[in-house]
Amino acid sequence: MTAAEAPDAAERPGTRGRPATFADAVASEWIKILTVRSTFWTLLAGLVVTIGLSGLLALVFVSAYDNLTPHDKLQFDPTAYGLVGIQFGMVAFGVLGVLVITGEYATGMIRTSLTAVPRRARLFAAKALVLGVVVLIVGEIVSFAAYFLSQLIFADKNLNEGLGAHGVLRAVIGGGLFLTLIALFALAFGALLRHTAGAVTTVLGLLFVLPIVASFLPGTFGETVRKLMPSAAGGAVMGTRPSRDLLSPWTGLGLFALYTAVLLIVALVLFQKRDA
Amino acid sequence: MITARGLTKRFGEKTAVDDVSFTVEPGRVTGFLGPNGAGKSTTMRMILGLDRPTGGTVTVAGVRYARLGAPLHEVGALLDAQAMHGGRSAYNHLRCLARSNGIPTRRVDRVLELVGLRSVAKKPAKGFSMGMGQRLGIAGALLGDPAVLMFDEPVNGLDPEGIVWIRTLMRSLAAEGRTVFVSSHLMSEMALTADHLIVIGRGRILADTSVREFIETNATSHVRVRSPELAELGPLLARRHWRVEVDPDGSLRVFGADPASIGDVAAAAGVRLHELSPVRPSLEEAFMRLTGDTVEYHAGGLHEHEAEDEAVGGPPPDDFPQDSPPGGPPPGSPPDEGPSGPPASGPTGMWEGGRS
Repeated sequence: MTAAEAPDAAERPGTRGRPATFADAVASEWIKILTVRSTFWTLLAGLVVTIGLSGLLALVFVSAYDNLTPHDKLQFDPTAYGLVGIQFGMVAFGVLGVLVITGEYATGMIRTSLTAVPRRARLFAAKALVLGVVVLIVGEIVSFAAYFLSQLIFADKNLNEGLGAHGVLRAVIGGGLFLTLIALFALAFGALLRHTAGAVTTVLGLLFVLPIVASFLPGTFGETVRKLMPSAAGGAVMGTRPSRDLLSPWTGLGLFALYTAVLLIVALVLFQKRDA
Repeated sequence: MITARGLTKRFGEKTAVDDVSFTVEPGRVTGFLGPNGAGKSTTMRMILGLDRPTGGTVTVAGVRYARLGAPLHEVGALLDAQAMHGGRSAYNHLRCLARSNGIPTRRVDRVLELVGLRSVAKKPAKGFSMGMGQRLGIAGALLGDPAVLMFDEPVNGLDPEGIVWIRTLMRSLAAEGRTVFVSSHLMSEMALTADHLIVIGRGRILADTSVREFIETNATSHVRVRSPELAELGPLLARRHWRVEVDPDGSLRVFGADPASIGDVAAAAGVRLHELSPVRPSLEEAFMRLTGDTVEYHAGGLHEHEAEDEAVGGPPPDDFPQDSPPGGPPPGSPPDEGPSGPPASGPTGMWEGGRS
């Protein structure tokens, strides 16, 4: 059948290929992520939820604005408020991060993938990179769209802030970065637990339930713990007003990036050690 | 060429593969034969680096699989056909595999054509029948035009036409000088496809030999005897120093005697015979004899057949076993070689000669 395509048959049957590279693995993962429907649906859900809720809550805020106390009016952070939808839309990006790896375990595809790319660190890194790039692109689009929509609504009451105002551009770009880290954070749990429902539950628990638990902790200890929660730390990048409840923007995002990096490293070590 | 040296895999307490050494040579089809649970798949998974060996090494073309530069150009493997994302089309599934090893996309069209899936290439794999899934898995194995091919139970789920197709394919791949390693628990399949056999049972290599030699060494021709008066006939035959075994279907297997002498013995004793036929050895037979005490699940027998060094020492019954209804097959059908059921153990009872 393939003898005609094997010019070096004298030496050995078959075709000799050039050694595969990291770039090949990345290209392959790129095809993979774009050829399953779950990618499209989770990204669409993330987009709709984030932009929709940001716009909706902006409308609610504008209609209630006149009844606010002067203190509340002073505290208002139009950028952070405009990006509030990200705190909900992040679920969809987290689910995508989980599915990128658990989808392979659920279907058995992981064994085929590891046969094609047996260098596990390469496969894992390629997956993380492709996921990161896809979510970064969509995340930035979503973040900017949510920002512009909400500012359009806030403009009604002259509450809007331009991208040139202090910290605004950083906050909006930070929104996309935050979503990217959420997806990678979720990827790590997907790889650790190798089970879609378990990993999604764990990620949601850490992002939503843990802060609720922390809210019952008393005093300055509780205050510190709340600042260090993954979602609070990462979300700090989207604020443009100093807040005693949050870490400073880059410190917060940096801490969340650190959590994510540690989890990814642990996941990679186990990925290399475990039988597939 | 695949080389395993002292390959061992333990899962907790259970040893799935136990100090296995073998070489799979190019240019022929090597069958990897053993009952379900014998360690075939685990061995294949270790060859591909999917499972980490507890001990020993296994290499392909002298290199550990994970260190191969272009793995799909070296080894094509079909482990289980379901190992793909059902939402992805056959074409895209192969495209992402090809891309990971720098294989041009036109090769995807080529292998799809080769396995006869071109018309459904754009359809999601989850709609595929088992046979189509198997063909898609084989297409993936052929993508890199590799020198080594591994198939784990490839005929499972294939229709008769598909079985003939894959048999022909494996033989032609071997004829091109490739290494073809194919596992199966179906002895009939191996008899038709393989040139060489590696037989595994309970994680250990039981034989590593050519098919012909395997049959000659492990199976001897015998005479099948049916009679309504087996209880009488059995001991009579055993007394002649012929080895006599009770087949699960209620007939006797007599070794070392020709039909004429058995007929004479029966006639002298006035025992009626319903069948007296010489049986030539088959691969099945050889396998059964070899693995008589190495299959994980026995069909339940009177007396375990002692195939190897382990003389389990079940009491050799010199009288006729009482719980086997003489003179006719038991109500249950004779154990058949099915694709999923536990393999039947060999003879379930025997009389030893020279006990009178």
